[in-house]
Amino acid sequence: MTTPVQRVTIAAIFSVFFRIGLFSFGGGLTGWVYRDVVLMRGWLNEDEFLSGMAVSQILPGANIANLSIFVGQKLRGPLGATVALLGLLTAPFFAVIALASTYDLLKTLPNAETALDGVAAAAIGLILVVVGKGARRAARRAAAFIAFLATFVTVGLLHWPLLAVVVVVGPLSVLSAWLRRSADA
Amino acid sequence: MRSDLPFALLAVFVPFSLVSIGGGTSIIAGIQHQAVDVHHWVTAREFVDFFAISRAAPGPGMMLATLIGWHVLGWTGAAITTLGLFLPSSLLCYGVVRIWSRHRGKRWHTALEEGLSPVGTGLILAGIVSILQIGGGGLLSWAIAISSACMLAWRPKIHPLLILAGGASIFIAAHAATG
Repeated sequence: MTTPVQRVTIAAIFSVFFRIGLFSFGGGLTGWVYRDVVLMRGWLNEDEFLSGMAVSQILPGANIANLSIFVGQKLRGPLGATVALLGLLTAPFFAVIALASTYDLLKTLPNAETALDGVAAAAIGLILVVVGKGARRAARRAAAFIAFLATFVTVGLLHWPLLAVVVVVGPLSVLSAWLRRSADA
Repeated sequence: MRSDLPFALLAVFVPFSLVSIGGGTSIIAGIQHQAVDVHHWVTAREFVDFFAISRAAPGPGMMLATLIGWHVLGWTGAAITTLGLFLPSSLLCYGVVRIWSRHRGKRWHTALEEGLSPVGTGLILAGIVSILQIGGGGLLSWAIAISSACMLAWRPKIHPLLILAGGASIFIAAHAATG
């Protein structure tokens, strides 16, 4: 399944990723990208997004930078990827420097740290939405659900190395999807 | 400023870019060692402050590198460390994604997508658990995270900034209530 071909403008890509960079206080960037790109605009479907997520995590680099490149490339090739990454990083580049310049003042604000913890907790909710969608999708096939659980338990709870887990679980999960497709065909 | 500083910054951040598998958290300890102990670009205290700032600011946590560059070499330094950390991994990612997308529509591509999608979901959930374990919010953090997810699932068009502001308000209120 691929989404219908549609021409997304370069300006639209920049503007979406610029806003994500600007507003994504407390983390949760994956959730922001999912919301803006899949849910609100339908630029990617869920499988495309979630598999892009897996690729972004396996490769070195900030997951969110890789995900932006994945989305940008899919929409408009090399220019799309460049613009998505630039859009994502522009606002945070200036924001961290602005915050650092005023840090001594900010530290004196009451409750700043508490507020930040609250923002970070709420931002996790954004990512949980993505997990909810992905888990519901995975639950349609036993093999997919097992792959989801195995990945989560080994990496998240047992702290096994991410790469090793993906190298084992990934191919098995892909193989089962392939066999099912072959059986259908 | 020493004229070899830009190269020293690149020599540290470019390799980190290419080994940062699993994202920024995997290289923070390494960057700290290089920036504080080896090169003395920042003190241990400054590094902790920069880490806190990069968490407070919007965007990826890896913008910590931007601050180290900015601290030692102003805007030039900020540009060098940001590019040094983001560009190499991004080029690699672009190459992989390009090959990936060239085969769209083929059966094995669909199988890859369907097979990797649950793995991606599992990794996201694993990431959430580790964030919640690192952060000090405890049960309240979990409660806020789950209720904000429910809000967003119920009303997807709510602007996330409202949810974030709600989380901050509840934390401040809880903090005030418990003293």
